Amino acid sequence: MNIEELEQIAESVRAENAKFDYEINVCMGTGCLSQHSDKLKDELVKEAEKQGKNAFIRRTGCMGLCAAGPLVLVDPEEILYQHVKASDAAAVAASLGAEPVAALQCDLREHFDQQVHVVLENSGHIDPERIDDYIAHDGYQALVKALTEMEPNDVIKQITESGLRGRGGGGYPTGLKWGTVAKAGGDLKYVICNGDEGDPGAFMDRSVLESDPQRVLEGMAIAAYAVGASKGYVYVRAEYPLAVARLTNCLRDARRRGLLGNNICNTPFNFDVEIRLGAGAFVCGEETALIASIEGKRGTPKPRPPYPAVSGLWGKPTLINNVETFANIAPIIRKGGKWFASVGTEKSKGTKVFAITGKITNTGLVEVPMGMTLRQIIEGIGGGVPDGHKFKAVQTGGPSGGCIPDEHLDLQVSYESLIQAGSMMGSGGMIVMDDTSCMVNVARFFVEFCMTESCGKCIPCRAGTAQMFTLLSRICAGTGTMDDLDLLVDLCGTIKETSLCGLGMTAPNPVLSTLRYFKNEYIDHIVHKRCPAGVCNIEAPVEVLA
Amino acid sequence: MSVAVDVKTLVIDGQNVSARAGQTILEVARENKIDIPTLCHLDGLGDVGACRLCLVEIKGTNKLLPACVATVEEGMEVETATDRLKKHRKTILELLFAERNHICSVCVANGHCELQALGQQQGLTHVRLPYRNPELTVDASHERFTLDHNRCILCTRCVRVCAEIEGAHVWDVMGRGINSSVITDLNDPWGSSSCTRCGKCVQVCPTGALFDKSKVGSDHPKYPDFLPWLNLMREAQ
Repeated sequence: MNIEELEQIAESVRAENAKFDYEINVCMGTGCLSQHSDKLKDELVKEAEKQGKNAFIRRTGCMGLCAAGPLVLVDPEEILYQHVKASDAAAVAASLGAEPVAALQCDLREHFDQQVHVVLENSGHIDPERIDDYIAHDGYQALVKALTEMEPNDVIKQITESGLRGRGGGGYPTGLKWGTVAKAGGDLKYVICNGDEGDPGAFMDRSVLESDPQRVLEGMAIAAYAVGASKGYVYVRAEYPLAVARLTNCLRDARRRGLLGNNICNTPFNFDVEIRLGAGAFVCGEETALIASIEGKRGTPKPRPPYPAVSGLWGKPTLINNVETFANIAPIIRKGGKWFASVGTEKSKGTKVFAITGKITNTGLVEVPMGMTLRQIIEGIGGGVPDGHKFKAVQTGGPSGGCIPDEHLDLQVSYESLIQAGSMMGSGGMIVMDDTSCMVNVARFFVEFCMTESCGKCIPCRAGTAQMFTLLSRICAGTGTMDDLDLLVDLCGTIKETSLCGLGMTAPNPVLSTLRYFKNEYIDHIVHKRCPAGVCNIEAPVEVLA
Repeated sequence: MSVAVDVKTLVIDGQNVSARAGQTILEVARENKIDIPTLCHLDGLGDVGACRLCLVEIKGTNKLLPACVATVEEGMEVETATDRLKKHRKTILELLFAERNHICSVCVANGHCELQALGQQQGLTHVRLPYRNPELTVDASHERFTLDHNRCILCTRCVRVCAEIEGAHVWDVMGRGINSSVITDLNDPWGSSSCTRCGKCVQVCPTGALFDKSKVGSDHPKYPDFLPWLNLMREAQ
């Protein structure tokens, strides 16, 4: 495979597409599929044929606006239809070359126009199960460029220059990580893609894997070339069957095209990838636990150092990055590190994909440049809180993050600013809460999550989260005391500082951040025996008769 | 010609000490009579860094490091008993005492228990946290030994000694988080498991979770000191 061959494939795809007058893209991500967009696609094929329209009906990945699914995008006019049912297929087919179907039209320019798509540039535009579609959208050009024109060090230089930081949550500089693994000795190294996305309300990695799996694979191959690895693993949750199926497909196609395997692009570079399924443990998203899981052991974390970059999978130097991080690699190599660094803030470069859920009008996936304010994301792109309710807080960073209240909505999104506000970037989940949410109950929910997902290895996390849960349950039930609250804060400090891995270290964050901004709600529960949001079931205190 | 030894010098609790490269902070501290409390660590077994009692402060970083696995570095300044550490150690012990059933007066290990000794040593006078008192079982199916889950602190010494020293790997951990428990084989009764009856697990157990049936009352001293000697003899062969 070389650039000319890639161009040939791209050209043949374009020629194939040019035969059609129209292209109808049907979203077949998990969200839209759950509303039978596969049947819709079949109907559209039938109707287009029946009505004699020269249209190509394409299965695509997620278009982002999950709340309005199933979504259909008609090209070249770029008309987006929402809530399309199989019974609407005739009307959509009939509208080709005529007036659009007004009843189905989705007019949310504002939602899309403010976004900048790098990771999601192909999502919703290509068929995730056709490698040729990806190649026609500049796919694998970066890999071929890296292999034929660049030294491994040049690749790392570009990544360092781009300022890309780990998108899994920690925000560790990607270039630095790659450089460390590249310097590590040994003839056998590994590249792992962390797709064990487990935060409640987060579905960024799933969507990327479902919509554009080749992009992740290309990123991994470039990483392997840069650090000198020959074997890769994609660790993905078994709860994501569609992502697994599309990845499996994508690996097979890449091997057939000679983009994986031995002597890729007629160079001495060998690289192949295997899929490993997670068995449903949140802690396996932690890199050392993930590595143990791939090795077939119980998924528990290990103390670091030694870091995986030095001693990882089977004791070999291992590069481990998140799905979204790998998805950023190909555009950086294609367009250069400087281009990537031109987007974002001083310390946080590029874009970030967020999954906006909860009490928000436009539930779905968005990609915005770093430095955009939370208000723009929630009120602008997200469409604000529906049903006339009042915004109360946004939870970022999953169970490790915190709740950010109204007064901090003008915060510019970056790794540093979110930590300062008592939360964190995390993998990109954003749960919006309105005045019907009780913040104590929210904290209790996340603590319960950490308690059930704790691996049980270290004491602070194992027993500490259980004690936090007991104390929070007391407060929610109206039986808590101010002493309980002090004890809770004390416990949070110990768990945060002494836990073995990130799960435990960050488990107190939901409690600490709600205490920081919504302490009055805790006091209401404890002293006044009432839940301001009316969520907690507190029995009225028994009147003592004199 | 002598073999060059990479020597590091560092400061532990204000005391200048020297160490070989690759030694852990815990090893060096104990060589110099500086006591760092430990529970999951046992000389002769691989370390897992799970109990978090041996956490120490290193100058220059806010992160606490487990002394049992953190290796020495040149010029390191280590503090092993600051107020911050003492407070955390007490809270961790509280968490342990409140997690299951640790009523010393009715425990077979009373007087020979490492958890009890640590509580005394760290000045733990009372537990502020609510006792969880879970209903756990006792496995007395083994002809020689008994497993009482109520006293288990999940230090995994039994798991490690069985896998690393005896080579049988009968013990393992089942479940997750607060519901974790040690098991024999695939959660079979200990008596019908593949146990080799060597009894090493009982000797290394720091509490009354594993004990010898043949002893009466609360007189169950344990002798885990054989491990380093065993390792030494094996290496010599």
